[in-house]
Amino acid sequence: MKRILLMGNPNVGKSVVFSRLTGVDVIVSNYPGTTVELTKGRMKLGDEVAQLIDVPGTYTLGPTTPAEQVATEMMVEGDVIINVVDATNLERNLNLTLQLLNAGKPVIVALNMWDSAQHKGIQIDLVKLEKRLGVPVVPTIAPSGEGISQLVARLDEATTGSIPFDEEQRWSVLGGIVEEVQTVTRRHHTFLERLADLSLKPETGVPLAIVAGLVAFALIRVIGEGLISLVFNPLFDKLWLPVISGLSAILQPGTFWHELLIGHLVDGQIHWVESMGLLTTGLYVPLAMVLPYIFAFYLVLGLIEDIGYLPRLGVLVDTIMHRLGMHGLSVIPMLLGLGCNIPGVLATRILETRRQRFRAAILMSICVPCMAQLAVIVALLGPYGVRGLAPLFVTLAVLWVVLSLGFKYLLPGETPEMFTEIPPYRTPYLPAVAQKLWMRVRQFIREAVPFVLLGVGLVNILYVLNVIQVLGRWLEPVLTSVLGLPPEAVGALLIGFLRKDVAVGMLAPLGLGVKQLIVACVVLTVYFPCAATFAVLLREFGLRRMAKAALLMTVVALGVGGLLNLIL
Amino acid sequence: MIVSLAEMAPGQTGIVVSLEGGHGMMRRIAAMGIRRGAAVTKTSSQPFRGPVSVQVGNTEVALGFGLARRVMVEVPG
Ligand SMILES: Nc1nc2c(ncn2[C@@H]2O[C@H](COP(=O)(O)OP(=O)(O)OP(=O)(O)O)[C@@H](O)[C@H]2O)c(=O)[nH]1
Ligand SMILES: [Mg+2]
Repeated sequence: MKRILLMGNPNVGKSVVFSRLTGVDVIVSNYPGTTVELTKGRMKLGDEVAQLIDVPGTYTLGPTTPAEQVATEMMVEGDVIINVVDATNLERNLNLTLQLLNAGKPVIVALNMWDSAQHKGIQIDLVKLEKRLGVPVVPTIAPSGEGISQLVARLDEATTGSIPFDEEQRWSVLGGIVEEVQTVTRRHHTFLERLADLSLKPETGVPLAIVAGLVAFALIRVIGEGLISLVFNPLFDKLWLPVISGLSAILQPGTFWHELLIGHLVDGQIHWVESMGLLTTGLYVPLAMVLPYIFAFYLVLGLIEDIGYLPRLGVLVDTIMHRLGMHGLSVIPMLLGLGCNIPGVLATRILETRRQRFRAAILMSICVPCMAQLAVIVALLGPYGVRGLAPLFVTLAVLWVVLSLGFKYLLPGETPEMFTEIPPYRTPYLPAVAQKLWMRVRQFIREAVPFVLLGVGLVNILYVLNVIQVLGRWLEPVLTSVLGLPPEAVGALLIGFLRKDVAVGMLAPLGLGVKQLIVACVVLTVYFPCAATFAVLLREFGLRRMAKAALLMTVVALGVGGLLNLIL
Repeated sequence: MIVSLAEMAPGQTGIVVSLEGGHGMMRRIAAMGIRRGAAVTKTSSQPFRGPVSVQVGNTEVALGFGLARRVMVEVPG
């Protein structure tokens, strides 16, 4: 099968082109380094089927950075290269084009961002550019699909045109090409450009960041709560409850199937959170408690990503982050981790060194609860207001700072300096925002809901087998004396390995006080990431490092939990 | 007058005259458009030796203070 590679600078639209050509949804965001893994898909080429590979973006070929290495190795295996070029940054992009041409593979250029180029007053003479490069050049606007069919139609014209030059002359050759094909008309600064300026200058950028953070937080809360109280609770109470009540009457409380599907009745009633049946708690937790927050969070995050705010935030916090031994751009994996720790771990690949990636990933899996867990925590502690939620968040934040300082002094090593392109602000293209949101929500439903059901089923089985009761008795000394929790909390800790949302939900029927709830929620966040996240961590960092990390997590969880138990 | 990117004032424009650093890093900086002869405009700098940002052509780049100190720029005055 023919292999076609999509190559180009970071953030030029390769992934949008990939989606267009293969029909496969991939994450697209306005910052360099969104795609960190080789993504493969199939596309039709006449009667043939070809493989298309979305290669992580690079500025040059060569061995300097991991992304460059991947791209350089990948290139050898491709049959044709679609070089996606940002028409608004011709010179910098053509630098890579020149290297690709000299590598001797057939190349076709997709001159993307054609719309932005026009808005910026940049005109490019396509005929001349084709002539100079010796390969086909097709203007495209990937998000709307313009030019994509021409790109496919001309794919077989891809050739190995080459421009001979000495390394010394590289930039003068490039400068010559750009001068020949491009004319720029000056124009006024737009509103977005001014806003972009203001969000980087510290005097205005810091207040803007705080406002943006508060607005984002408020939006997530309002949308999440709104969906729960206006849509999902009524759905469950008005539509699902009658069905389930009927089923309950047929099955008869106390029987095996009743326990498994509906769970136990609380005061003679079905209780969505406490009954622990597959069709009650198993559906209510993921769909009515967590899904609304997942939706709200990813809607807001998607807008922030597509506007192009994240790298600016990275620059603003870089000074503080370096004091903590971390790179400013680590805020990106931390924020993504707030949705789900797995994409957070993957996004650490935006960082240059392995040590940096490991630190960021471990800090995130210890201190950053995912949205599924947060949603249930908010449901449990929210009624206590600030008194319930503030100690939890403050503890996790302080722990984050303390652990990063600990890493800095115990595992010394250089933190690479900030060096990143800052993309222009773009108006989010709403169909693309909706598509990305749908993709993430769908992923949650597909991948998280089965695990929640598994978790709820497991709780029942473990109770029937007496495992939770026995473990509770064993661990009672630690649980009660150190953490001040009743032995039954061991069930939540056990299920927490699998799903945090179910685990936090299991605290509900234990009749805990606010202090115990806080301790339990902190411990559940810290002691271990969920199994799915741990699997990804293992794949990324190997068994040895992760064994140490797991030990650290347990110690920290007991330490922090014990401390909270003493001081709260 | 020749100053480094770190010393330039935000809003100021100058012409890059030299990159003084290791080969690998300087090659990456050059690939972003910051190289001898290029006109750069400083757009921001963070306090306490934080990163600075510059505009080269249509690209905006953020560099750590240490890197910025090694990019020398000829500015008017
Ligand atoms: N205006 C405009 N925006 C575009 C176009 N193509 C892509 N974008 C936007 O540019 C940003 C980057 O697109 P991606 O497809 O994620 O870029 P990429 O090349 O895959 O980037 P990395 O994975 O980070 O290397 C997104 O915000 C897109 O919506 C285009 O033709 N016009
Ligand atoms: Mg991509």
